[in-house]
Amino acid sequence: MPMLEIKNLHVTVDGKQILNGLDLVVNKGEVHAIMGPNGSGKSTLAYVMAGKDGYQPTQGEIRLDGENLLDLQPDERAAKGLFLAFQYPLEIPGVATMTFLRTALNAQRKKRGLVELSTPEFLKTVRAAAAHLEIDTDMLRRGVNVGFSGGEKKRNEILQMALLEPRLAVLDETDSGLDIDALKIVSEGVNRLRSPDRSFVVITHYQRLLNHIVPDVVQVLSRGRIVKTGGKELALELEATGYAQYQDEAA
Amino acid sequence: MNANVLSAKTEAELTLAKAYASAKPNLPGDRKIQALREAAFRHFDAQGLPHRRIEEWKYTDLRTLMHDAKPLAGAPSAASRAQAKNAGQLLAAMDARRIVFIDGAFVPELSDLSGLEKGLTIRSMHDALAGGDALITAHFGKVVPSDGDGAIALNTALMTDGALVRVAAGSTVERPVLLVFTASGDKPASVFSRSLVVIEQDARAMLVESHEYKNAYQVNAVLELVVGNEAHVDHVKIFGGVGDAVHISSMMASIGTRARFNDFSFITGGAVVRNQIFMRFDGEGALAGIRGASLLKGKQHADNTLVLDHKVGGCQSREVFKTVLDDESRGVFQGKIIVRPDAQKTDAKMMTQALLLSEDAEADNKPELEIFADDVQCGHGATTGALDEDLKFYLMARGIPEKEAEALLVQAFVGEAIEGIEHAGLRDALLGQVASWLSARV
Repeated sequence: MPMLEIKNLHVTVDGKQILNGLDLVVNKGEVHAIMGPNGSGKSTLAYVMAGKDGYQPTQGEIRLDGENLLDLQPDERAAKGLFLAFQYPLEIPGVATMTFLRTALNAQRKKRGLVELSTPEFLKTVRAAAAHLEIDTDMLRRGVNVGFSGGEKKRNEILQMALLEPRLAVLDETDSGLDIDALKIVSEGVNRLRSPDRSFVVITHYQRLLNHIVPDVVQVLSRGRIVKTGGKELALELEATGYAQYQDEAA
Repeated sequence: MNANVLSAKTEAELTLAKAYASAKPNLPGDRKIQALREAAFRHFDAQGLPHRRIEEWKYTDLRTLMHDAKPLAGAPSAASRAQAKNAGQLLAAMDARRIVFIDGAFVPELSDLSGLEKGLTIRSMHDALAGGDALITAHFGKVVPSDGDGAIALNTALMTDGALVRVAAGSTVERPVLLVFTASGDKPASVFSRSLVVIEQDARAMLVESHEYKNAYQVNAVLELVVGNEAHVDHVKIFGGVGDAVHISSMMASIGTRARFNDFSFITGGAVVRNQIFMRFDGEGALAGIRGASLLKGKQHADNTLVLDHKVGGCQSREVFKTVLDDESRGVFQGKIIVRPDAQKTDAKMMTQALLLSEDAEADNKPELEIFADDVQCGHGATTGALDEDLKFYLMARGIPEKEAEALLVQAFVGEAIEGIEHAGLRDALLGQVASWLSARV
C-alpha cells in the first residue's frame, strides 16, 4: 500500500476551482518534489491535506496509510502522522514556544495511546533537536515565532517536525525567504529526518532547494493537476525551460 | 405628587429604604458618622438606584438588573463560621496573611492576626466606626470624592463592617494581606462592606481581596485606599464565587508623590458585576498600572468603569483590560482619563480588548479622554474580535485539539494582563483559575 494516495482530487476555494482531478502516489520512504508555476495549486494542495477551513474538497480522496484524511479534523490528521511545514509560519504572542511544542507533542502522544513525556525527557529532546538547527533556548522561551526572522521561523518549523516525527511531511515553499546559509541548515534538518519509514512532499517553485534535498520523484503541477512525472533531472530541465510548455499543455 | 414619586420607585428601592429605617438605630458610628449615613441615604432616596439615564451607569441599569433587594445580612452563625474555615483556599499557594469576613462581618477567630509585622495594624471597620479611630477622622469619605455616585451613597448609609488596615511610614510588609469575603449560607442576603486602607509614606504592602459569594447575594463593597508618598502598593480584587450574585464594587484611591500603585481586577463570578475605580494622582512623579481580566459566560454581565484623575503633573498611568465573553454574556468597559490644567507631562495610556467566543456575546467599550493640559501624552485603544481562525488552524495542524487550541489562545490573551502582576504565586493562582474556567467550557 502506498503511504500517500491522492485520487481525482477536486478542491474549490471561495467557489473557485483550484485542484482539478489531482492524482498523486507517494511510497514509503520517498521524497517527492511538487513543482509548478504560481497559481497552479501548490499551496492549496498543502492546505487541503492539512485540513484548513475554506479549502473545500468536492471530489476525490486523500489516503494516508489507506485512511481517508478528508474525514478527519486537522489535529486528528496530525496525530495520524501528517505534518505541514507552513510557507508563512504564524506568530502567536503569549504562547511560549516551549509550551506550544509540549502541548502539541503530548496531544499527539495521547491520541496514539502513549504516555506524556516527563519534563526532563521533553527538555532533553527539545534541546537536542534545537541545537542541530542552531536555535538557542532563549528563542524557545519567547512567544511562538514572535520577533523571529524569516529564517528562524522556518527553522522553527523544522524543529517542530523533528519533535513530532511525522510519517509524512509536507513542506510548503520552505525555501522562500531563506538565504543560502539558512537554506543549508533547514535542508540538513530535513535530510536528517529522511528514513525508509518517512515520506516527504516538498512543494517548491525553484529548483535550488532540490540541490540540498534531493528528491526521488519530481512532479509538475499545472492548473490543478499533475501533468508530468520524472526523476530529479526533471527539476533541472524545468529550471532551464520554465513552466510555459506545461501551462499550455494543461490548457 | 408625593404618591407619584413613590409609585415610581422600584421594589428594590422601597425594600432598601425600609431596611435603612429599621436598621438605623443599630448601625455603628458616632453622631458624625450617623450624619454622613443620613445625608447619603437622602441622596440615594432622591436618586434611586443608578440607572441608564445616568451616563456613568448607561450600560448597567440597576433598576432593571436588581429585581428585588435581599434582607440585610445578620451576624454570622456558628455553622457559617465553621464552614468558612477553608475560605480562600484557591490562593493558599500565596502564603498570605488571611483575614476572613462572613457576610461582610470581620471574623477574628478565623483570621491570622498573630505576629503582625512591625507597622501593620488590622482592625474591624465595625469597631472603628463604633468606637472611633484616628484613621476614620483623617480619611473616611475624603480619599476621593465620589461625586454623588448612588451606589457609594447607599453603601455609606448601610455599611456595617469591613477592614481597617494601616501600614505605618517606612514599613515593609512582606506577606500579602488577603481579605477573604465569604457568604454564610443558602439564604441570599444584602452585604454592605466598607474598608479603609492607609499605606503611609515610603511603606510597601500588597493587599488582595477575594470575594467568594454564592447564590443570589447582593454585595455593595467600598474600599477607600490611601497610597502615601513614595509608597509601593499592589492591590488585587478577585470577583469569584458561584451563582447569581450582584456585586457592586467601588474603589477610591489617592496616589501620593512618586508612589507606585498596581491594581488588578479579576472577574469570573457573579451574575451582575459593576467594578468602579476612582483613582486620583495627588502627588507628582507617581506610576499607576490599573489592569484587569474578566472571563464571562452564560448571561453574566460585568462592567469595569474607571475614572483616572491626573490632578497633578508628571505621573504615568497604564490601563489594560481584557475581557473574554462566551455564550450570551456582556462585558462593559468605560474608561475616563482626566488631565487637569496643571497636570503637564502626564503620560497616560489605556487599552481595552474583548474576545468574543460566541455570536451572542456583547462587548461595549467607552474610552474617554478629557485633557486640559497642553504638554501631555495620552492614548487609548479598544479592540473587539473573535479568535483568529488562522492561529487556531496552525495549532490544530500540530495535533492540538480544537478546544485546547482555543484555550491556549484565550490564555495568551488574558495572560498579557495577568503577567503585569508582580507576585508570582498570585499570578500562577490566577492563571490556574483561567485554565479551570477554560476546561469547564463544553
